Order: sequence, then C-alpha cells, then structure tokens
Amino acid sequence: MMIPLRTKGNIRFDSKSAVWKYGKAMGARSAKKLTGAQMLLRTMYMLEFIEEMIKESKSSTLREMYYISEGWAKAKFSTQDESNLLAEDLEIITTCMREDFKLRPEEDGARVMGNITIQEMDRKGKKKRINCRDDVGDSGYGIPYNVEKEKIEFVDCDADFIIAIETGGMFDRLVENKFDEDSHAVLVHLKGQPARSTRRFIKRLNEEMKLPVCTFTDGDPWSFRIHASLAYGAIKTAHLSEFLATPTAEFIGITASDILNYKLPTDKLNDKDIQALNAEKTDPRFNDQFWKHEIDLMLEIGKKAEQQALAKYGLDYVTDTYLPEKLAELGIIK
Amino acid sequence: MSPSIAHELAKKQKEISVSEFFEKNKQILGFDSLTRALITSVKEPVDNSLDACEDAGALPDIVVKVEKIENTEYRVTVEDNGPGIVKNQVPNVFARLLYGSRFHTRAQRRGQQGIGVSAVVMYGQLTTGKAAKVRSKISDEEVAYECELILDTKKNKPDKITEDFVIWDNKPHGTSFQVHVKGKYIGGKQSIFEYLKGVAIVNPHAKITFMPPEGGTIVFERASEQVPPPTKEVKPHPEGVELGEMLSMAKYTESRKMTSFLNTEFSRISYRVAREICDLAGVPQDQDPQDMTLEQAGGILEAIKKVKIMAPETDCLSPIGETLIRKGLKNVLGDLKADFYAPPVTRDPRVYGGNPFIVEVGIVYGGGLSSEEPVQILRFANRVPLMYQQGACAITQAIEAVDWRRYGLEQRGGQGIPFGPAIVLVHVASTKIPFTSESKEAVANVPEIREEIELALKACARKLKTHLNKAAKKSKTRVKFEIVQDIIPMIAEKSAKIVGKPVPDIAGTITKIMNVVWIEDEVAFEKGRHHVSVKAYNYTPKSQSFHLHMLVPYDKIDEKTLKAKPIETRDENKATWDVKRLGSTDVFELAFDLKGVPQEQYDESEVYVSGIDAASVIGCEVLPGDWDLEHLRITEEGVAEEAEEGEEGEVDYDEGAEVINNED
Repeated sequence: MMIPLRTKGNIRFDSKSAVWKYGKAMGARSAKKLTGAQMLLRTMYMLEFIEEMIKESKSSTLREMYYISEGWAKAKFSTQDESNLLAEDLEIITTCMREDFKLRPEEDGARVMGNITIQEMDRKGKKKRINCRDDVGDSGYGIPYNVEKEKIEFVDCDADFIIAIETGGMFDRLVENKFDEDSHAVLVHLKGQPARSTRRFIKRLNEEMKLPVCTFTDGDPWSFRIHASLAYGAIKTAHLSEFLATPTAEFIGITASDILNYKLPTDKLNDKDIQALNAEKTDPRFNDQFWKHEIDLMLEIGKKAEQQALAKYGLDYVTDTYLPEKLAELGIIK
Repeated sequence: MSPSIAHELAKKQKEISVSEFFEKNKQILGFDSLTRALITSVKEPVDNSLDACEDAGALPDIVVKVEKIENTEYRVTVEDNGPGIVKNQVPNVFARLLYGSRFHTRAQRRGQQGIGVSAVVMYGQLTTGKAAKVRSKISDEEVAYECELILDTKKNKPDKITEDFVIWDNKPHGTSFQVHVKGKYIGGKQSIFEYLKGVAIVNPHAKITFMPPEGGTIVFERASEQVPPPTKEVKPHPEGVELGEMLSMAKYTESRKMTSFLNTEFSRISYRVAREICDLAGVPQDQDPQDMTLEQAGGILEAIKKVKIMAPETDCLSPIGETLIRKGLKNVLGDLKADFYAPPVTRDPRVYGGNPFIVEVGIVYGGGLSSEEPVQILRFANRVPLMYQQGACAITQAIEAVDWRRYGLEQRGGQGIPFGPAIVLVHVASTKIPFTSESKEAVANVPEIREEIELALKACARKLKTHLNKAAKKSKTRVKFEIVQDIIPMIAEKSAKIVGKPVPDIAGTITKIMNVVWIEDEVAFEKGRHHVSVKAYNYTPKSQSFHLHMLVPYDKIDEKTLKAKPIETRDENKATWDVKRLGSTDVFELAFDLKGVPQEQYDESEVYVSGIDAASVIGCEVLPGDWDLEHLRITEEGVAEEAEEGEEGEVDYDEGAEVINNED
C-alpha cells in the first residue's frame, strides 16, 4: 500500500491555494515488517467496522473507535494516536473525509465571541439563529465538530477582523475587557492546537465574511506551530490543507522580539523547546525572513514567554496597548 | 661490640615468640578484622578437610557449624568424613605452625604452608583463652581419638590439655575440629555463606552442610559423584627455575653426574635432553653437580631456554573441567534461573617459574541476574574461593583488560569491570599459586598467568557472544514468523469477508515475504527425558532438498520416538537427516526424545544444514566443511548480517518517519 509520506520533508507549497500540501514522496506499507503487517490487518478490521456503521447508520467518535479495537486480538491499537493516524491514512487513500467514514472527533470546546450571527441546524433538524455575542453567555458560542454548510451558515457579521487566541485565560481576559466590542473583533479560542472544526470555522469566516485573521499565542516554539497549522496547513493533515488552512492569517505574537521590546517576564527554554526550534529551522513552512529571524532570536536569548506575561503591566495593558500596537503594525486596524 | 651486648641481643631475639609474630602478622594470616577472623576460622579447617578427602579418594561430606556463645565469641565446628589422622600426628597437624606435608612438594593443594589451621587454634586461644578440640578416627581403629590442644607459643609446640578415646557413633572415619574464636558473623558478599557457596561451586563432588548461628541448615548438595583424580607430586619443570634454586638443588642432590642430576631432579628432562643441555652450556656431562660454578649454572639455564623441552606433566594438576564447572554453577546458582551457562573453558596447562598451571573460566548470563550492576566475579585458586583483595588480583585485572563490549556486555571505554547480567568464574590451579601475600587472597600478576586468564576469558566470552547472536537472530525471525503464521492469514480472512469473496491462497504471499527456509529448534526437559524438535519451514516458492545435521548423542535417542531415521551417524554424536523435496510452504519436522542424558548436558540443539544456499536459510548455520564446530564458533563472529530486505529506494511508511507531535 503506497501512501504519501506525512513528514516535514514531504510538504510542498501549493501556489494555487497558497497552502502546504503533501508532495510526491510516497512510503510503502507492506506486510514484510511487523508494524506494517499489523497496520494492514488493522485496516481490514477498520474497514469492516466502517462498513457495519454505514449499514446500520451509526457513527462513533475516534475514541470509541479506539476502544472498539479492544476486541480485535492482534489488530488491537495500543494508543489512540495509532487509530487516529490510521483514520487519516484512510482519508488520504480514499480522498474522503473521516466524517464519511462515520468517525467524528469529540467536541473540543473551542469558543467564539463576537458580533456575528450564524444559523445552526440543531439535532432535531430545526434551524436556529444565534448571535455569537448577544445570544450566548460569557463563555461564548461553542464550535461544533461539524461546521460545514449543511450544519452552519453565516447570516450576518459586524466585525473587522478575527483574533484567534491560544489560551483560555487570554480569551477570557479579552472577553472581560470587551475587546470584541471595543475593537470590532471576533474572538476565537483555539484551545492549544486547534481542532479541524476550529480551523475550518475560521477559514469559512475568512473566506465568506472577508474577515482578516490573526493569531495571538504564547511566545514559544509550540505556539509557532499552532500558527503554522492554522495559516499554512498541518503536516499531519496536509491532505486537507485546502479546506482547513487560512493562508492570509497573520501572527501577532508573542514573538521573540516582543519579549525584548516589551521586557516580558520569561522562562528559560528547556531541551525540548530547543529541539523544537531547531526542527522548525528545517521546516519549509517557516522558511521565510520573519520566522527565521524570530526562531534564531529565541534560540539566541534562550527565553520564552506566556501571553499572560503581559499582565506585568496591568490587566488592561493587553487590550489598551499591546494588541492595538501590534494590530496597527500589521495594518489590520488603523 | 662487646660480647655481652651480643648475648643480650641474642636473648631478645629468642624472646620474639610465635605469638608476637602472630600479633604482628595478623593481617597476612587472615585475622585482621573480627569478620574476617571468623571466616578464616571456617576456611582453614574446610580446606584441610577437602584436601584430606581428595587424598583418600573419598567424596567429601563436610558439616560446618557456627554458634554464637556470647557477644563476640563464636564456636566453629568443622566435621568431615575424611580418612582421619593418626593419633601421634594430631597435635602437630593442629597446633604447630609451619608443620605440614605440603611445604616442600610441588603438587596442587589447597593448603600449602602449614600455617592455616594452627593459626586458627592460636587465634582462638589468644582471643578466648579456650583450647581447640579435635576428634579423629581412622578406619583401622575401633574408637576415635579426642584431645584438647593449645599451642605453646614460646616453643611453637603443641600442648595437650586432655586426651581420651571415645566411641564415635556410626562414623567409620573422619575428623572433627572445634575452636572458640572472637569474631563477628555477617551476611553479604564477604561472608561464610558466600565462601561455602564458592567452595560448593568448584567442588561439585562435595556435600557441604552449613548451620549458621541464626539457626536453620543450608545444604549444598553434591552435584557429581566423581572424585577429582588424586594429584601427584612433581619435580620442578626446568623452565623458569632461577639461578639460586639451580645452585642449591645442585648442592643437595644425590646424583654425582650432571646428566643424572638434570634427569632426576627436574621433570621432562631425559638423558638425551640432559646431554644436549650440558653440551650447549659447555659443561662436562660427567661433572659432579656439587662442583657447579655460578657461571655454569647460568649457562645451563641459558641452554634450557634453547632446548626443546616438553610441557610439564599435568596430572599433578586437578582442573575442575568443563562439565563439572557447568554442573557446579548450575547446582549452586540454579535459583537465579540464568538464561545461559556458557560452555566453560579449560585451557591447556602452561608453566611459570617451573610450576605448571591451568586456567579455567565459566560465565553465567541473564535470567535473574541484574543488568544494571557490575558483573559478579568469582575467583578461585586451587579450588579455594578468594574473598578479599579483589582489586589486587591478576584475575580481576585480566577481566578489566578484556574489551567486553565485543562480547555483549557493557563496559565504559572498553576496560574496567564490565556491567551486565553475568557471573564470571575464574579458577587458577597450580602446584604453586603465586599469591600477592601470605593471606592467599589475590593471585599475583605473573605475566604467563595473566595472559592465560585473558585468553580463557575471551574464549568463554566468544561462546557467550555466539549465544547472544543466536538469541537475537531468533527473536528477529520470530517476528517474521508471527507475520506469516498469524497476521497474513488474518488479513486474508478479513479482506475476503469485506469484499465477499472466498479466502485467497496466501502461499504465494508468504513465500514472497519470507523467501527462506526457516529452521526452528526446541529442547524441553521433562521427567528425565529431553524432548528435541527441529522444524524446517519451506517458505520459498520452490520445493527444496537439503541435509540437516545435528550434534546429538544418537545412541541416547529413544527409537520409539524417532520417526525420521538419520541417513548417517558417526563419531558418537554426529547425525545427518535427508530432507527430500520439501514442498513450498510445507514443514518438515524432526522430533525425538533423548533418554538418560543429564539435563545440563543438552540444553541447546546444534543444527546445521548443507546442500542449500546459505543465504536462503534462517535459524541455523551451514555445516562447516570438517564438522570442526569450535572452529565454526570462532569464525562465526565475522559473518555479515543478512541485508535488510525491502525494495531499493522504497521508504517504509511505518518506520523511520519522524514523530508528528503537537499538531492535530
């Protein structure tokens, strides 16, 4: 079985869609090696399981899928990562989406706050209009796992841009400070590495509502990867980059330069951080002036900072000073 | 200097008594700490008992009892079933320093100097004020002789406190020795228990019973009924005799001619060789050895180096032997459930300073042994465990000098004591062990001995490596086996079900993946029988014909269990089977039971193939041309690993890809 290699070395920039997709390098999954043989056997079991679900019109979460394999003897998955990866392999091979296989992720609880109105089809099949600022509590509108047209339509929007935020703490800070209202922004909480639905939701808002997008994360190598998967496409799901990535998204910070310019409180980079930064230096997605400079600078100062480190200057500093300055720099606000 | 001062000095010199000598030399005699003193008090009489039994050709049955009397006072009793000691000799044997039969002879014995047990008696009387009690019975006598002894430290003479004849129940012959000593009883690495354990390993013919002070009885059962052949005294071998020794031997010989002197006082010098030596040295053949000059003695030593002289006789040595080392190790260390007892190595005898010696090595590997710690070293000299001064010993130094990384153990920088789940046993046997000191705890670093130890270690380590290679190969092939035996059939079944078609024939797939003949062998031991099985799976697309060869004692095969008869047997243990036209994906099974073979003598089958391309066989080696199996084992190291399969340039999807982390 030949599958495109899902590695950093095998993603290519697709100029048509302006995102990163898998290149031509293929890997063989063969029964000559134990792992390969096992994966092939698991594929058989998974196909059988999917076939059954389709027949009986049921669906299962990825986690349930993992537990189902308990009864598969030698084909049992040892971690959920293995079963998730196999589901993605099947997507790539069949060019279907995992939803077509009746496999879905758990709700991951990413939230939205801002003056947009959507129409969601609820489980009883009724269309429901929701304004993501006025009709929801302070925790915002929860993004469902399916955000395709049959489920969600965008009705109205009164905002200038989307700001995607890594941590819940910062999301809540901006909500409390009414940044969405004051700055005409849609706040989206990413919850770490954003789930597919969150990325798809942002992409649709960006395309259909013509809202520019920017990401606001911690200042560490892992946060750089959050932006990369949102803006350029994730390595693991590069077969879906066209649907998920928002190539025009801009990175606000925290950058290594911010750490210096704003004199932020920092932590030392640990060994894993340094490894991650060095790996990013050979990652084609980070191969531009801006990222090269920031990655080298971070390695040089040996420090990282959380977005909430801005609280050093008071709770309102982020909304009164930092974000306006950075957004103006990027030309998103005047 | 006036005569009176000289007399005064002479008086003082006399007063340096044996007890003072003892006090000053406690360390070299083995009494420098309370724990060591107690071990020595057990060790010396045990050594004597083993020597005595061996001299009599009897299987030793030794009982050691250590009782706590009060605080630091212990009573040690050692009883044997040896030949006993005649009444008149008892006092001298046990209570006179430097008295013994061994000092002037060249033969392999545990005790050599005649200090040992008398020093224990003296230590006991000095520290507890109590006399030693000896009871001995020889088979000629009806009753046993018993006496209490102390050592007159001024005169170095035994002093009998009491003596008597007693009835010794059901004891045909033997000796019992009892002494009170000040000491400290401990467990651990340097303890009486460890000492006796060591004794049991290298003396598998001895039964040793130990009753420790805390109660209970520990028995090291006899693992062999074979008494080591008696060792005999030998004359010095000419190689390595020193100048002074040569001169003093020439002075005291009864021979009156050089040639007969050389012939009678040295081993391995015939008259022909003696004449050759004299001629080479320019010494008249019929010269009286008494008249030998320093120059002549030097000439003779030079000539000895040039003349070809046979290696020293070896029947004066008593190596434990490869079979018995393995037996001893298994018997005593059985609880560790080690994976592998490397076939021990007994080297050929060699000589240092006119003394023949033999080095033996055994290695135990894996199982219950810890892989995080340095290997355990068991050192033995003339079958006596060495407990102290490990670092100063040539055995330890030789172990440190070997690069164990080549043999599958960890070792930082390729020297020092290696780490890994292993026990290394080294035995040096000689008519005269060169110890670093009188306490006899470390073998001196004599170049010849050191070199032999290293060679023996490497030879044994190679066998370990061979085993480890085989095990690694086996686990690799096992993985493949799992693929073709379990996974592929399951894939076939599942995929057939999904597409709703009959299960396809997977033979072609299997042979494509394996494309080898796979040999698997198994040995199980149960109820005195070895169940031996060898299976040959033909995982090639063609039918195959070849020969299977085994090293097996075929006269011990139970005919009833043997279905496939060998086409040839020879040399007692070489058997050949013919495998004809084994069809693709078929299996040939060879199975039989061995009857009456001791378990430890057959724990792995040695299987070879011939008449088939070596590259297409996994699981055993191709038959060496001459069945010279030792030779094979050594050359095997150089054999290249089979190349990793997989089409060229093809990347394996499931291996080698970097971990994609922290991204959804």
